Amino acid sequence: MNRPVAILIGAALILAFATMALVVIPGFQVHNLETTGYLEDYTQQELRGRQVYINQGCIYCHSQQPRSFGQTPADMTKGWGRASTPADYVYDKPHLLGTMRTGPDLLNVGARLPSQAWHLTHLFQPRAIFEWSLMPAYPFLFELKQQPAADDLVVKLPSQFKPAGHQVVAKQSALDLVAYLQSLDRTYPVADKEHYLRDQGFDGQLETEQSQEVKNESGEG
Amino acid sequence: MHTSFSLLLILSFVVSLVALAAMVWAITRGHFFGGKKAALSIFEEGETDVLDDPASVYSTRTHQFDAVRAGIDKSGRSVVLVFLSVAMFFLLVGSLYGLLSSFKLHLPDWLSQYEFLTFGRARTVHLNLVNYGWLSVASLAVVLWVIPRVFRTPLRRPRMALWGGLIWTLGLIAGALAISLGWSDGVEWLEIPWQISVFLVVGVLFVAWPVIETATHREVEHVYVSAWYFLAALLWFPLLYFIAKIPGLHFGVEQATLNWWFAHNVLGLWVTPMGIATAYYLIPKIIGKPIFSYNLSVLGFWSLALFYSQVGIHHLVGGPIPTWLVTLSIVHSIMMFVPVIAVAINQHGLMLKNMWAFKQSYTLRFIWLGALMYTLSSFQGSLEALRSINTITHFTHFTVAHAHLGAYGFISLIMMGAFYYILPHLFGRAWPKPGLIKLHFWLVVVGITIYVVFLSVGGWLQGVELLNPATSFETITRNIKPYLEWRSLGGSLMTLGHFVFAYHFLIMLKQPKAHTRGGE
Repeated sequence: MNRPVAILIGAALILAFATMALVVIPGFQVHNLETTGYLEDYTQQELRGRQVYINQGCIYCHSQQPRSFGQTPADMTKGWGRASTPADYVYDKPHLLGTMRTGPDLLNVGARLPSQAWHLTHLFQPRAIFEWSLMPAYPFLFELKQQPAADDLVVKLPSQFKPAGHQVVAKQSALDLVAYLQSLDRTYPVADKEHYLRDQGFDGQLETEQSQEVKNESGEG
Repeated sequence: MHTSFSLLLILSFVVSLVALAAMVWAITRGHFFGGKKAALSIFEEGETDVLDDPASVYSTRTHQFDAVRAGIDKSGRSVVLVFLSVAMFFLLVGSLYGLLSSFKLHLPDWLSQYEFLTFGRARTVHLNLVNYGWLSVASLAVVLWVIPRVFRTPLRRPRMALWGGLIWTLGLIAGALAISLGWSDGVEWLEIPWQISVFLVVGVLFVAWPVIETATHREVEHVYVSAWYFLAALLWFPLLYFIAKIPGLHFGVEQATLNWWFAHNVLGLWVTPMGIATAYYLIPKIIGKPIFSYNLSVLGFWSLALFYSQVGIHHLVGGPIPTWLVTLSIVHSIMMFVPVIAVAINQHGLMLKNMWAFKQSYTLRFIWLGALMYTLSSFQGSLEALRSINTITHFTHFTVAHAHLGAYGFISLIMMGAFYYILPHLFGRAWPKPGLIKLHFWLVVVGITIYVVFLSVGGWLQGVELLNPATSFETITRNIKPYLEWRSLGGSLMTLGHFVFAYHFLIMLKQPKAHTRGGE
């Protein structure tokens, strides 16, 4: 080890190899997936809401990747939805899979909690709904008005959370965020072929049966 | 499809084995062979077998502040000092943000009216400041100080390195402001908008250039082990960061794999090599004896590069990405035992034979404890990648505890030790109040212990409960709360320790010159 340049070249080659394995090859495998036909692209408002989700850092407490039933029945039981597949994320720029569940998984929150009013109340003050919640309140996504205009959305609140003499009105950013949350719904059925592209390491028997089907369908040996 | 992936996996193994074989061949043919002579190359005559710690009352060195290397240190003196000061600044601000986020997790209505301090932003600013500010800048300071010493030649182009530090610092501050104001790229560890992260890439290249130029002017035949890690890390980081930040290229689950390829490599191929290399230089220097087995360090270096670079996808175990990819990363995570054990034998082997020095030197306590935490957190990390354990720890605070055991217990402690060693040499005078070093040490050690123990236990319970369909989310949330409060206590002690550290640093800077450099 007497040649710095040799060390640098070796180091670069190893990183190139790792990048090939971890980024490039999987990239080819999952980058240009066809959409399932059920999933629709986000609307302009939902995309704006998605930006609010990103810039408030929701991802640091909420994942968007339910686990398979083979790994745990808990996710399905809680209503978080079926195990997700790469095709569920084709419109996600950037991805928001998350790695933390201080709060629940949100990939199907739109199906589980479709009410706009519920979300607005919950965002303004989570403890107005769950007194045990540790989610931050987001009062800055709302404004206080004495006389809300006709087209203002007034947030419903229990009396102890109501500011005296004012009504709580949702700002556009809150409405956008809720529109995004309502759009989160991947409860449509998924084909085995798509399922095969997700991690099946916990699924035991299930995996071999499904991969058999994939083989039969595609005619590969 | 199944067959092709099996082939891919086999190929990956074959390549790994061939690389290993090549390495073994190189060692036996003597290409790598350095042996004890190479291990001793960091010492001058008369430096072995005596304690060298300017912060210790036991240090009896005659030329206490390294008159031998004064000429070599001189050229990089001010740039190292600037980098150390910047790192200290980011440590303080970064830990305040960490503390704020920690409190907000169990006091969700505290300061909730301020959008720029909301948990999701404060936590992200914390991560970016401590990683790219404290750990990275402190590491660069150590690189700029150690590299000229191991190559026995003054630092080339110190002004360019200074510019690099300035560009990096301004970029990071701009990035933190952007995140605070809600402008984020939204990918974990890569939140700083790409328009701003260009500064970080340019900044680090401005530091790498002088380092490489210094290496080419070296006046020793052998390249000491610390320099391998430093040089490689300075190449890896700009590559990683540049690829990860190419705008518009990455999306969907492909971006998720890229995300964790980057995020684990920024630890494994950037701050980890920095920490290991610092310990490889300072532990032998302080004790006055060469590392245990120099040849083993070669194995440690190349296996770290090979295995660590492919562990990232263990952050997506059970996720919507192909099974083979997850398996690949799990295998490499377990293979990480190889480099970790190699480093452990070298560093702990030397230390355990010289426990007298541990008692006499607080600087060494910081550094060796850091090295020990590297072994511990790496073993833990390897096991956490296993499906049986990952299914519990994934998505929980256990991971956060693990991250702090690594980034704090390992690298931060080593960097703090490096401050205590480097500054007296830079100024040619001893630390004014050695008692404060002791205080700092115990505050952060007790703090991180509380932090890691409580958060690991709480996180584990959280993980078990998340797997149980009968446990409601309410129960899980109520149960985790006390552990989050303990974490705030641990974090408070750590932060207090940092302020003691910073105060001592400040009075060291302001102290009138007691000795002239190299005059003893």
